[in-house]
Amino acid sequence: MTTLLAVLALICLAPAVAAVLVRNLIHSALLFVLAWLGLAAFYLALGAEFVAFAQALVYVGGVSMVALFAVLLTRPGRTDLLPPPSAARAVGGLAAASLVASMLASSLFWSRLPSMEPTAPIPLRRLGELLAGPYLVAVLLVGLILTVALIGGLLLAAPRRPAEGGDA
Amino acid sequence: MLHASHLWLIPALPLLAAAVGAAAPRTARRLPVALALGAIIGSFLLSLAALAGALAAPAAKLTANFTWFWAGSTAVRLGWLLDPLGALMSVLVCGVSVLVFIFSTAYLRDDPRLGRFFTCLSLFVAAMLGLLVANSLLLLLVCWELVGLASYLLIGFWFERPAAAAAAKKAFITTRLGDLGFLLGLLWLFHATGSSLFYDGGAGVLEGGALERLAATTLPGGWTAATGIGLLLFAGAVGKSGQFPLHVWLPDAMEGPTPVSALIHAATMVAAGVFLVARVFPLMAADQGLGGVPVHALTAVAVIGSVTALLGALLAVAQTDIKRVLAYSTVSQLGYMMLAVGVGAWEAAVFHLITHACFKALLFLGSGSVIHAAHHEQDARRLGGLATRMRFTYVTFLLGTGALIGLPLVFSGFWSKEAVLHAAELWPVSHLPFLAGLAGVVLTAFYMTRLVSETFLGRARGDGAAHAHESPRAMTLPLAVLAVASVAAGWIGTPAWPWLQSQLTGAPVAAHGLAEGLGLMILSTVLVGAGIAAGGWMYARSPRADDRAPDPLARRFPGVFAALAARLWIDEFYAATVGRLLRGAAALAAWLERWVWGGLVSLTGRVAETTGEVNRAIDEDGLNTGFDRASDGLRDAAQRYSRAQTGEVQGYLRAVVVGLAVLALLLVWGGVR
Amino acid sequence: MSPLHLCLALSAALFCTGLVAVLIRGNAILVLLGVELMLNAANLNFLAFWRFGPGGGEAGLVFVLFSIAVAAAEAAVGMALVIAVHRHLRSIRIADANRLKG
Repeated sequence: MTTLLAVLALICLAPAVAAVLVRNLIHSALLFVLAWLGLAAFYLALGAEFVAFAQALVYVGGVSMVALFAVLLTRPGRTDLLPPPSAARAVGGLAAASLVASMLASSLFWSRLPSMEPTAPIPLRRLGELLAGPYLVAVLLVGLILTVALIGGLLLAAPRRPAEGGDA
Repeated sequence: MLHASHLWLIPALPLLAAAVGAAAPRTARRLPVALALGAIIGSFLLSLAALAGALAAPAAKLTANFTWFWAGSTAVRLGWLLDPLGALMSVLVCGVSVLVFIFSTAYLRDDPRLGRFFTCLSLFVAAMLGLLVANSLLLLLVCWELVGLASYLLIGFWFERPAAAAAAKKAFITTRLGDLGFLLGLLWLFHATGSSLFYDGGAGVLEGGALERLAATTLPGGWTAATGIGLLLFAGAVGKSGQFPLHVWLPDAMEGPTPVSALIHAATMVAAGVFLVARVFPLMAADQGLGGVPVHALTAVAVIGSVTALLGALLAVAQTDIKRVLAYSTVSQLGYMMLAVGVGAWEAAVFHLITHACFKALLFLGSGSVIHAAHHEQDARRLGGLATRMRFTYVTFLLGTGALIGLPLVFSGFWSKEAVLHAAELWPVSHLPFLAGLAGVVLTAFYMTRLVSETFLGRARGDGAAHAHESPRAMTLPLAVLAVASVAAGWIGTPAWPWLQSQLTGAPVAAHGLAEGLGLMILSTVLVGAGIAAGGWMYARSPRADDRAPDPLARRFPGVFAALAARLWIDEFYAATVGRLLRGAAALAAWLERWVWGGLVSLTGRVAETTGEVNRAIDEDGLNTGFDRASDGLRDAAQRYSRAQTGEVQGYLRAVVVGLAVLALLLVWGGVR
Repeated sequence: MSPLHLCLALSAALFCTGLVAVLIRGNAILVLLGVELMLNAANLNFLAFWRFGPGGGEAGLVFVLFSIAVAAAEAAVGMALVIAVHRHLRSIRIADANRLKG
């Protein structure tokens, strides 16, 4: 189990790091896709099938497309230069590093989590009942959020028509 | 018949004339004159009506009182009094005033300020009449002061002349000294009795209850309140009636126009003092002597009256100005009146007052006629020869002289002076007033003979006299009327028929038969004759040749004459003492004013200025600068801090992450295990 | 190292990667993608504790579902914003959108 997870972890992490460091935006977006797919596989390994598929659908099928569209719609320049390193960025990097060090240390070395038996995965039917039952309101709310986001996004991104003039 | 509550009309008419005249333009002539004449005639008629009412009930004191104002819980009341004394005096004042007014229209015909003259005259008459009908000592004092004011205005009528302005000031200030005593007496009286009314149905100050209280109150020193108040009130009379030692203003008051001298300083205003003591006689007589020393108010009155009578007559002997002689004669006669009051016969004093008003006014108006005709020549040494040139004036002047001297039986002055001397003879305390009176009789005859000789007899010694002619009708008519009065007025008070005295006292006075008073009458006639003889022998027998020839009296008694001519240096004495004192006080006051009070005020101003300066400094240099600096500092700090707002999102995020990292480090590596 | 620890380590690594992307890259789109990465890391955390943590329950799972949905919505809106900003500034560099400065 652990070995599998370790391998999958590597598959997730490597593209993610690469995506952050690569200069080309499109390459970056595609690498992200890889990372998300890897994460979906990871979820599968953990026994959350629905979530894994949702992750793949939404992130790979939705967010990455949106990102790609955004990249394509806003490019005059092909490459995005990495900003020259400066003291500020060094500080930022250091802060992030110390953060991850702290998290790792706390989680790996000093946590007192007992080793337990893994939880049984939940069958899909049960998930559906949950969503339609106790979590119905949340579902509806999320639906509302998505609707609002959709409309807002449309409004924000729609091109200005010259005849309208001044209409914000 | 005039009711007591309508008495105020008598002074109101001239007052109204004066008010309208004062409001008229300065060059107005006809209006003020017409108003004044109309008002005085109206008042004369009203006074006659009042007299009729008073004579109907001589003993009753008819009053009309009212409350003027309330001072806390005390009411200050005023009122009008209708009694024979006041009514008679009103008739006298109005009558003489009418004649003087008519005289003035001719005397001052060429004066540009004729209108103002009549306005002042109207004011004077209004105040004088108010004084006479007042039932309240306070109201009397108000009118008294107004009379003094009118006198000041009229003496200084020709104010372009420095002598006239100085004389007006002197008159006012000298009478003011007396008025101070008057005021103190009034205040004391009001404090002791709570009222200033004379008669108030039993509660007045001259009525039984109040008089007993005042006579019973004794002060340290043995005097009673009645005596003290009486002396203080008499002080006012001393000033106003020109008694010694405040007589010095009367001769100087001759600087005013002659009608003014006739009306005010002979007949009426100076008589106000005599009127006052006659009015408050019950108060002055309230205590009839006390324990050890028999000095009370009336004795002082008698003494001062006697001194004045003698002094005035002596000084009149050596004067050269017609009006000065008459002025000192007035002083002397007023002394006689005070003398009469002092020995207890105030009715005799009032009698003499009435006759004196008639003949002294006549003499003054006569001298005015002479002065006017001789082109304002007043020095008798430069006159003369007018007996032929101004016959009418001469005859009336002789008649007035006869009344003043007291030629027997025919003239009013004889009867009134006989009444005074008779009362003085009977005074139990001392015979000095009597002797002084007799001496005065001789001197009066002497100096009047001298005056008549110098003015009318001989030949004209000056240009004015040479070109004199008789005065116009407006002047001679009043002379005629007064001459008749000078003769007829005496018959109202002869010993055989003391009508006046009974009317005044309200009780029938026993007519003392001819035998009783005959000795005195003969004595006075002899004295008069002696005086006329001496004067005639010295002056009328050989009238002086020219104006520079020495006076015959001066040739015989040079020292005495010089002293009398210098008026016994009384004026100089006053100037050296009181004058110096006043000047010193004024200098001190000026110094105080300039350095102390002025210094205080300046100091206050400086303090305020300095406070303002300090304030300004604190404000500008302290507060403002402080605030400015603080604001600048605040702005600099804010500018510095605003640099943290770089607008770069990633910078903000960086800061957040750094903070988060620090927190995490603290948590993880710090203590929580 | 238990599976839980591994998941947590991966989550931490992913989170910090995302953080680095947000802090260091000057491109707005990449910043947003970094944020997505951080959200993914949080989801992973949830799932890890659901699977290997104490007690049963389905809260973690359901929560992750919702998280994914909301993250997607947020990404969409963010990208729309980037497009709108690009229209005005002609650039998607974050450093260029610095008008709100003091």
